[in-house]
Amino acid sequence: MKRKLETICINCPMGCPLVVEEIDGKIEVTGHTCIRGKKYGEQEFVNPMRVVTTLVLCEDGTAQPVKTSGPVPKDKIFAVTEAVRNIRSSKDTKIGDVIIKDVLGLGVDIIATRDAI
Amino acid sequence: MKYDVVVIGGGPAGMAAALKAKENGASVVILERDVRLGGILNQCIHNGFGLHYFGEELTGPEYANRFKVKVEQTDIKVMLESMVLSISADKVVTVLSPKEGLVHIEAKAIVLAMGCRERTAGAITLPGTRPAGIYTAGAAQKISNMDGYLVGKKVVILGSGDIGLIMARRMTLEGAEVKLVLELQPYSSGLKRNIVQCLNDFNIPLHFSHTITRVEGMPRLTGLYYAPVDEKMQPILSEEKYVECDALLLSVGLIPENDLLNGMDVKMSNITSGAVVDEYRMTSMDGLFSCGNVLHVHDLVDNVSEEAEIAGACAAKYALGELDNKGNKYNVNAINGVRYALPQVVYSGEGKVRIFFRVGAEYRNTRLNVKCGDEVLLTKKYQIVAPGEMQHIDLDKSKITGDITLELEA
Repeated sequence: MKRKLETICINCPMGCPLVVEEIDGKIEVTGHTCIRGKKYGEQEFVNPMRVVTTLVLCEDGTAQPVKTSGPVPKDKIFAVTEAVRNIRSSKDTKIGDVIIKDVLGLGVDIIATRDAI
Repeated sequence: MKYDVVVIGGGPAGMAAALKAKENGASVVILERDVRLGGILNQCIHNGFGLHYFGEELTGPEYANRFKVKVEQTDIKVMLESMVLSISADKVVTVLSPKEGLVHIEAKAIVLAMGCRERTAGAITLPGTRPAGIYTAGAAQKISNMDGYLVGKKVVILGSGDIGLIMARRMTLEGAEVKLVLELQPYSSGLKRNIVQCLNDFNIPLHFSHTITRVEGMPRLTGLYYAPVDEKMQPILSEEKYVECDALLLSVGLIPENDLLNGMDVKMSNITSGAVVDEYRMTSMDGLFSCGNVLHVHDLVDNVSEEAEIAGACAAKYALGELDNKGNKYNVNAINGVRYALPQVVYSGEGKVRIFFRVGAEYRNTRLNVKCGDEVLLTKKYQIVAPGEMQHIDLDKSKITGDITLELEA
């Protein structure tokens, strides 16, 4: 199956338009002007990863900001926010506290990014 | 009350300035109008802060916390929920605090660190009715990230500034549908990274050279009309389209919040909307310093911290009578594509001075020349420079013998 990805490189303000294609099992990046762009294109094609930052509802009704402790596959972003939506954080939460350990078995934790207010 | 250094504002600029002033031996008070330190960082729950300053990627609250913890370890006095009403010519700061009442603080030096505010629907004369549901992107961000409410379910965003792009993702992750982002200019004022990770990741369309022609609904926004603009920025009404929505977020620019200086004899720049400062970040009023977004709007908080440390250190030195500003004063001018350079005044002497500058449009394969009279002090090639990304150069102070000019080569 032939797959093609068109994206913009985010490494610098140049914003090179990249085209990434798999041709005969090899990944070909075009449109980049430096090695960083080539690597970025390959990573985005094979397995794009993102750190997710979102909110957990605190038991007292306030919003508790959280993040994943590392990047997760891009197609798991909504699964992560859904998992977070179903829980309530403690009103004693401190910055750095683990809110969910190993979320969805992705190997990263959901951690608080500020004290509960 | 008497302090060597009074810092107005407890956001990233205020905290960094206060810490440096303390480190330089001054007694310091921070006056903050919110209920906590941290300023706008508290509501910026996304990551990407601190790559330059801390060498790691932090969220806004985490970046703020690093400084807040340090402030708490010192004897810097922090007055929260405290609104500064006025600054007098002899540096008496009048502040209203629910705990201490109306207080007059005698300052030897003052650091302005009040940040900026957003341009509103009124400021851009948004056509149509005035229904509920129209917010600045930052206000929507506060309501979402601090208070835990979503301002709408079907959202349109006007302006492609970074806060607007960040809010497009935030609203999407909370289950809202972001229908489109409209940008008047043919380019985005936001970072490339945010276009990719906040819009493209979620297939949110971004229309360049488009604007809103009318908003509709009463009492709540029900929809709006938008159209492409011609080269004179006038909407082409024959191509007008309608989109149903219940919230409109505006991300159309920031204004340094310098209202405190109204009526004071402080020289202002009509380009940055901040004070004119020398390399110590001292304004034209002796002992009054300025830093962070109240001086000029920054794209990265890391640069704010760095600038505030200069202002804080120099404010302390001024208060203690140790500031060396006796050298010859020279102006720093910006022409030919360079929109502004800061500081606007430098001194002759030893060491290096860092000049920040911003260009007026996107230029590719260009060269910056820094001239002193006819002599070129420094020249630097750029593959690309854009208005959204502040640049800097370092100059040898010993080479400065007259006014300096920054310009792009034609």
